[in-house]
Amino acid sequence: MLVNQFLVLGAVLFCIGVYGVIARKNAVLVLMSIELILNSVNINLLAFALRNGSADGHTFALYVIAVAAAEVGVGLGLVLLVYRNRRSIALDELSELRG
Amino acid sequence: MTSTFAADTFSALTGGWFLDNAWLLPVVPTIGFFVIILFGRRLPGKGSEIGILSMVASLALALGAAVQWITRVNGAAEEQFVEPVVRTWTWWQAGGFEFTIGQHVDGLSVVVLVVVAFISTLVQLYSVEYLRGDRRYTHFFAALTLFSAGMLAMVVAEDMILFLLGWEIMGLCSFMLIGHWWEETPNSRAALKAFFTVRTGDVGLLVGIAILFFSADSWTRENLGVSGFSIRGISAWALSGEPNAAAITVAAVALFIGAIGKSGQFPLHTWLPDAMAGPTPVSSLLHSSTMVVAGVFLVARLYPVFFTGLDILGPGANVIMVIGAITIVIAAALAFVQSDIKRVLAYSTVSQLGYMMLGLGAGAWLPAVFHIFTHAFFKACLFLSAGSISHSASHHSFDMKKDMGGLRRYMPVTFAAWTVSTLALCGVFPFSGFFSKDEIIDNVGNNGYTLFMWVGLGGAFLTAAYMTRATYLTFFGEPRGAAAGIHDDHGADAHSANHDDDHGHGDHGHDDHGHAQPHESGALITIPLVVLSVLAVFSGLFNATPFGESWEYMKKWVEPRAAVVEVVAPGGPGAAFAPLAAEGHSDSPCGVSTPEKGVCYAPQVNHAKFKWSKALLSLAIVFAGIALSWLLSVRYYGKRDPKLVGLTSRNRIAKAGYDLLENRYYLDALYEKVVVRSIAGPVARAANWFHLKVLDGILHAVAAAIRGLSAVVYRRVDQGIVDGAVNASGEVVSSAGGALQPVQSGRVNMYGALLFGAAAVAALVFILIYS
Repeated sequence: MLVNQFLVLGAVLFCIGVYGVIARKNAVLVLMSIELILNSVNINLLAFALRNGSADGHTFALYVIAVAAAEVGVGLGLVLLVYRNRRSIALDELSELRG
Repeated sequence: MTSTFAADTFSALTGGWFLDNAWLLPVVPTIGFFVIILFGRRLPGKGSEIGILSMVASLALALGAAVQWITRVNGAAEEQFVEPVVRTWTWWQAGGFEFTIGQHVDGLSVVVLVVVAFISTLVQLYSVEYLRGDRRYTHFFAALTLFSAGMLAMVVAEDMILFLLGWEIMGLCSFMLIGHWWEETPNSRAALKAFFTVRTGDVGLLVGIAILFFSADSWTRENLGVSGFSIRGISAWALSGEPNAAAITVAAVALFIGAIGKSGQFPLHTWLPDAMAGPTPVSSLLHSSTMVVAGVFLVARLYPVFFTGLDILGPGANVIMVIGAITIVIAAALAFVQSDIKRVLAYSTVSQLGYMMLGLGAGAWLPAVFHIFTHAFFKACLFLSAGSISHSASHHSFDMKKDMGGLRRYMPVTFAAWTVSTLALCGVFPFSGFFSKDEIIDNVGNNGYTLFMWVGLGGAFLTAAYMTRATYLTFFGEPRGAAAGIHDDHGADAHSANHDDDHGHGDHGHDDHGHAQPHESGALITIPLVVLSVLAVFSGLFNATPFGESWEYMKKWVEPRAAVVEVVAPGGPGAAFAPLAAEGHSDSPCGVSTPEKGVCYAPQVNHAKFKWSKALLSLAIVFAGIALSWLLSVRYYGKRDPKLVGLTSRNRIAKAGYDLLENRYYLDALYEKVVVRSIAGPVARAANWFHLKVLDGILHAVAAAIRGLSAVVYRRVDQGIVDGAVNASGEVVSSAGGALQPVQSGRVNMYGALLFGAAAVAALVFILIYS
């Protein structure tokens, strides 16, 4: 079944995204990894929508895209402010909230 | 109307590779765009050669398609409907609904394809020289190529979705190109203004497409087997007598709002003159064949919708005619008070687009399309001439009054190209503009709209006059300012933003000219000028009505024939075009009544018989405009006649008129100060009032109540019971927090790892539970 391949692709993208979030120091790259995760979710939604023959998954995927756009907007705004204040966006240096 | 008729009289239509593969036209420049963006900087020509190559390839494809289309039409019988070459593919499907993508090639597409590909090729050649050394040279060519691709995609589009896509690509690229030198604030403001003004109109286009889809979809599926997005489906539906009158009228008006925004019609024309902030080749491409023509093309493409929805050829004036007529006059009047040569041309474009709209609104479909064709050549030539002047004679200034004059001696080629194109624009026989513009005016009158015919003639007078003024200021008299070799800072006056063309030229500043004398531009600039000016003279011969019917090639090849075609079997696009009968051209029911046993794809329109008496009247008006303007220009600008100089400060009426024009009818002020502020200001004030009075009032009341209550609660409950519990739990939490402290490292990555680890554990638990 074609759905399997889509799910595998989604899983692979998801893992790459998780790896990026955990291993990357650069905040922009972490944001990009989050995009990967979101899009792996989109692929899953579309794969199941295809199998069930309904438009719901497509609608959700569009919704996710819109939310992802907003999220990147906010995220980049944060990164920009961090950069202005600290001249660096390395995440491992941002540990003021340490307990 | 016999049933054997179809087999006997109608020959099968010929096709051909170029017609079948016209969809390659937008694809080639799109590929070119990606190649330029990815590899352009590393190529020897910095990406320009890819841009030119892709446009030349598109031009070859377009010419091939044109030749095969002409063969196809010539092979068809006299009154046979020449079916467009339609091919569709499934683009995507969702929820059982299939969206198609495809090509719809007919006479109208072929004409516009050839014009767009041709002008784009010349403009790219010209840009190689004009933008040499620019800091964003590669990006410029990428955007220019994508711009052409957008227009081509829109022109071959089979359905409204692809049409909208091409339309929006152009919007985006025009934003990038107008703001090419975005380091200057006025340039980036102009780009934003163009983008937002056009977007305002785009809302109308989107609404119109949606209305058409929901009204037409079931009819087109049942009768033609195509969706309600397909252009031929919508056209047939509009002429079928089925549409709900309110729905199609609202859809037509909404679509026309989109056309108003894109084609710079009143009242959304304000973005077009500001778009002059872009490099001159961009202005040339934008104002001749792409972008602004898109709105006119939309009306011409979905003509049946407008024909039925707005009652074109009906007894009253419709909104398209009124808007077109207003635009002709107000834009032409504005052209008189400009000192920037490109702004004169910009207002002239707005005014000429008004002619096209007037023609479409008055049922003169063919003359309007023909005017797109001729206007593209002479307007592109005029803009490129203006660019040539600023490049080689006036040190990147566009100010006619300050930095030009007397240039005919130094720039013979540019002068000749400019003069020829100006005569074509004014509509002087036998230049191309005469044939198209006169035909529009003639047909408007012939269809019974006498008042609008006179508006058109008045516009012709104004056109001749303002172009004469611009020609005099630029090429006659004595050289002034930069043209005379004076190196003052010509960017210091109020209009500086619009002719500071030297940004980005970098090392190509004032000094490498070596001498202060104005001189002719290089071959890469003059060759496009010469080619375009030749076409400005001769392109009118493609539909030279004065020379008799055998010269009316456009009418034969481009105009869709208003014949009823039988629907044999819904499902195949080819099947939908089988001819039913050879109705006489004049008594076809298309657009007049409900067609029986078939569908129509084009409404029946009339054609005015050419009469020299009418043509001579308009020629006389044009020559009067030229002569009057010439005399005034010589006395005012040449001899500084004291009676005329300073008239606007002495005479109150003259001053009021001048102020009105100088401030562009206060439309910009209206939009920025009144519309934007009236929406932004009250909304902000209302929100503030609501916040202060309502929300804060509630908040204060609640706060007072709670304060009273809390005083009681504090003494009784808090001190005794709660504090004891809190202190005890505080102890617990503090010790637990101490244990968990290492986890709170403050590092985002760590938190992420914990989050995903927890999610993974949760997923495992779910799997174990449910499997």
